[in-house]
Amino acid sequence: MADVDDGTSAPAEPMDLVRLCLDEIVFVKLRGDRELKGRLHAYDGHCNLVLGDVEETIYVVEEDEDEEEVIRTIHKKSEMLFVRGDSVVLISPQGGS
Amino acid sequence: MENGNTTQAEGKDPSAFLSQIIGNSVTVKLNSGVIYKGELQSVDGYMNLALEKCEEHIDGAKKRCYGDAFLRGNNVMYISAD
Repeated sequence: MADVDDGTSAPAEPMDLVRLCLDEIVFVKLRGDRELKGRLHAYDGHCNLVLGDVEETIYVVEEDEDEEEVIRTIHKKSEMLFVRGDSVVLISPQGGS
Repeated sequence: MENGNTTQAEGKDPSAFLSQIIGNSVTVKLNSGVIYKGELQSVDGYMNLALEKCEEHIDGAKKRCYGDAFLRGNNVMYISAD
């Protein structure tokens, strides 16, 4: 019983960090300037994720009348979301600021 | 690699370097150009990373801080020990 995880030791591998986020609110950065914030219900080794109560933020670059680039954000809410692992870039507990 | 002319003293493999720098502060650049600086907690065979006290820099400007961050290995361009 030497390697019982008492939850205080530093993660031995990166996926342990994701495991510690289970049932917690996580911030997820995706490819294509998208971000998610929601409760992590499940994950696997591909970083496929199941998130609940998700808020998705999409950043879109648009040109205004003066042909200047403006970043517009789109917000979407979903009750439950399955995210395919290959679009995941970053996962962080609690969300950034 | 058995190329016979090892010029380096010890032909260590790249993942040995990665496990050597665990605990150090590192700079990670992703293919998107985004840079993350933080303390390297762990690495695995996919080059997934766990960073502590992680700062996100986009176009040279500091954007966000994460207490802990998991980075998926396929996005990594390089890892540099500061």
